[in-house]
Order: sequence, then structure tokens, then C-alpha cells
Amino acid sequence: MASRSLRSVGAGFRADGVVPSSLRRMAQTISNERGRGPVSGTAVGKRGKRKPFLIDFYSTAVGKKYVMAVTGIIGIGFVIGHMVGNLKAYLGVIDHQGSRAYDIDVYGEYLRELLVPILPHGYFLWIMRIGLIAAVLLHIHAAYSLTILNRKARPVKYQSSRDYQVANFASRSMRWTGIIVVLFLFWHLADLTWGWFNPGFEHGAVYRNLDASLSRVPVAVLYIVANIALGIHLFHGTWSLFQSIGWNNPRFNQWRKGLATGVATLIVVGNVSFPIMTLAGVIEYDASVPSVQEVSE
Amino acid sequence: MSQHLKNITLKIWRQVGPSDRGRFESYLVPEISDEASFLEMLDLLNEQLISEGKEAVVFDHDCREGICGTCSLMIDGQAHGPQKGTATCQLHMRKFESNDTIVIEPWRASAFPIIKDLMVDRAPLDRIVEAGGFITAETGGAPDANLIPIPKPVADASMDAAECIGCGACVAACPNGAANLFTGAKMAHLNLLPQGQAERFQRAEAMVETMDEHFGSCTNHGECEAACPKSISIDVIALLNADYLKAKFKNRKNLSRI
Repeated sequence: MASRSLRSVGAGFRADGVVPSSLRRMAQTISNERGRGPVSGTAVGKRGKRKPFLIDFYSTAVGKKYVMAVTGIIGIGFVIGHMVGNLKAYLGVIDHQGSRAYDIDVYGEYLRELLVPILPHGYFLWIMRIGLIAAVLLHIHAAYSLTILNRKARPVKYQSSRDYQVANFASRSMRWTGIIVVLFLFWHLADLTWGWFNPGFEHGAVYRNLDASLSRVPVAVLYIVANIALGIHLFHGTWSLFQSIGWNNPRFNQWRKGLATGVATLIVVGNVSFPIMTLAGVIEYDASVPSVQEVSE
Repeated sequence: MSQHLKNITLKIWRQVGPSDRGRFESYLVPEISDEASFLEMLDLLNEQLISEGKEAVVFDHDCREGICGTCSLMIDGQAHGPQKGTATCQLHMRKFESNDTIVIEPWRASAFPIIKDLMVDRAPLDRIVEAGGFITAETGGAPDANLIPIPKPVADASMDAAECIGCGACVAACPNGAANLFTGAKMAHLNLLPQGQAERFQRAEAMVETMDEHFGSCTNHGECEAACPKSISIDVIALLNADYLKAKFKNRKNLSRI
């Protein structure tokens, strides 16, 4: 009985996503090949043949935008946390277990010690890293697939120039700022995590490595440019995610653009300050300060 | 007093048929009243072309009072031209000046193939409405007014969405060729009202996925809202996104009951 009532309601919707051929002939005068075929359709689908929820959801454009928004929130959270953590560089040398040490080095070691002794040393940091890597990969995959989809949606461009009304530089350059940020991310890891491009790299000596890297003017310029690109990306991303997730409340909508400006400004000002302050000599490594590893031993 | 504009150059997209490559052709309008509507200007041009034995420019139009959604045209890079909140038929020549060059192009999207010149086929919008743009209601005698109480702000929001005339300007204006504003408007119109609740989530899923078959995806530029002759807010796109996720959960749950 229940089965009949639900199916009968569903019968009004396109069963199996197929439009009756009579209707199609009547209305579509030109091409039958432009559609991409049914997407998923659990509203009318048969039982038992369904894809797992997340794969089903991700197969649609709206689902991919949700993924972009959620992974974007993870990214924004990380970038803010990363920037605030780096501000420790300005606190310079502190007293650590009776010895002198750079505050940011102590903080770096603390990140590895998170949730110890529930988890062994460094495990929680890796759990967070895996989460971040997954978020970045999903964000890129969704962006890539949607870009392809959007190209296909307008294969012949406008032959005259468009006069955009509200699309701004940030929204129109998302793909480019995104690519710049990803390329920079590889440089940044190779520079300060793997140490490939860092002269005299010392694992765990955060303050030393930071100074060694950012004292080079071209590198400092690279960091400034990349962080401005990141800020532009975050400006559109922060606003856009509210729409993509459907967080729309007339009471709060006016704050969304303001929040986006705030997040972008916070990140750009915070992150750009590091190369500038290093060049200005505010961040300057003093080799007489022992490393955290030496203090712990 | 009406004035006359002189020497308007029109660069109009001419395309013999769907498979033709098409090209811009220039026409001179020596004199036109500023009280003429944009479409009247095209009518006069066509009369002139016909009297010269040339083929008239094909363009879509019907009611010419901004309610039918038939007229289209990308005018100087803007869907429905430079005037906000109106369709092409309500655009008048007073918005232009003498010696202007006006570029007129058809709407471009893979879902909107060009039939001829400036006329495109917008049938995929109908496919989306067929998928869920309806409610189930008792037929028979008309029900009494206000039988179902609806809070005023809810009725207003629904009516704002119901203003959509289905012209496709949102798709034309969108850098991605997405139809989220159209679909969002059609969904919000019914999903906000009590009458639309029974099929709300089947509607959400069916309409969004039909949209997915034909159009691009939303990247929140907001160009659709700026181009919409009815100024429908992109708030309806947020509602579309929210209802689609809810629908995915609820429809699967309902199917599991069978």
C-alpha cells in the first residue's frame, strides 16, 4: 500500500529521467544530443540500484559545490590557524623548560605532541594533515570537473565583448588564484617542510628556517604575491560558500560580504607581514638560542 | 517632446541556421524616435530590409510588455540591454544616443542552440519545469480564497520568485551558462508555499538534476540577478542548494520505506 502511494506521486516526475518522446519532438526543434543524460534521480529511482549517498550527491553539480564549500571551510580554518600560529614568530625568545628557545619552535613541537599520550608522538598531526590533503584534493577535483562542465555549457563564446555588472575580479579569477595558491603550496612545503630550497635547513628550527627563507628578496616577493592571490581567492570563496551551502538568512545576509572582506584582509595582512618583517629585520635568527630539540634532550 | 536619434549603427548577429557559422553584419538606422522601443527599432529595420529585397532579422518577441518572457537579445554585452529590471521589449531608444553603435547578439549556451539570427531554442527550461514545476491539487470548483492561511512574508517571497517569466536571461548572463536562478525561482515559488509541500523534495531533486543535464554550474558571480528582468534575488539559489541536500536525504529515506 505504502509502495503504491509513493510511486503514484513519483509518477508525475520524470521517471528514469526520460522525457516522453512526443514532448521532446514537440518542443525541441533542433538537437536531441545536447543533454548529458540523467544524473541520478533517487526521487524516482528504483530501489536497490542506488549509488552510495556521497558518490550520488557528488555526481551532481550542486553536490560538487557543497564539497567545494565544505573543503573551503576546512581550508579557511587551516589558513587562519596557520597565520595565527605564525604570529608566534613575533614573540621571539621565551623561557622553555629552564632554557631559552624560540616561541614558534616550541609551538611547532607542541603540534607534534598534540593528543600525546592518547596517540603516539606526531600521529595527531598526521591525522590533521591527511584531512587537509583530502580536502585540497577534493576541492581541486570538484573545481576541475565543474570547470569542464561550465566550458561545455557554452562551447561558442559571445562574439562581442561582455559588459559584466556585478561579477568582480575575485569571482572571475578564482581558477587562476586557485592555481597560483596550489603552485605556491608546493613551493612552501618544499621550502619550509621538506627544506629542499632552504639554505642550511634544520628540521624543527622553525624560526631559523623562516628567517633563512624570507631574507631572500625574490622569495619574500613570491610569498607576498601568493598571499595576495590567496586573499583574493578567499574573498570570493568565503562569500560564495554561504550560497553554495544554502546558508541564506535575510537577517544575516548583509554580513556575508563583510565577513569575506574581513577574512581576506586578516589573512593577507597577517601573512604578508612575515616576509616584510623579515626583510625589515624584525624577525632575525640568533644562532645562540638553542633549538627545542637540544632543550628537550 | 520626443527627440530623434541619428546615425545609429547596429551590429547584428546573422546566422542562416543552426549549423551556419554566423557573422556580425552592420546596418545603419539614419533616424529613429527616442520614444521607439528597441524592438520597434528592429521592426523598422526589418521593413527597410524587406523593401530592399533582403531577408529580415529574425528575433523572438511576443507580448512586448515584459510579462511573457519571449524576447531575448544580448545588447552591448548585457542580457536584455543596459536597463535594469526590464526585458528587451521595455527598453527604449532614449537609453541610447545619436551615433551609437549597438551590438546585438543571440544568447549563447549549449542548451540554447541558435535557430536563426537572434532566435534561440530555450526548450531545456521547459524540461526543468516539466520535471517538477507543478503541484497536485483537487480539481473541480474553485476553493474559497484564503482557505489556506499563509504568512504575508512567505507569500511575498513566493510571489517574488513566481515573477520569473522564463526568458533565460540568467543563463545568458551567467559566465558559466548556469540556470540556477531560473530553477531556483521555479522551486522557491512552490517550495515556500503550503500547497507545494507534498512534492517539495521530489521537486527539488528532479528539477535540479534535470537542470544538471543541460546547463553549467553556479559560481556565485551574481550576474543572473543583475540581468533578470524581474530582479529575482540569488537568494532563491541558496534555497535551491539547501532544498536539494535535504531532498537527497529525505527521498532516500522515503524510498527505503517502500
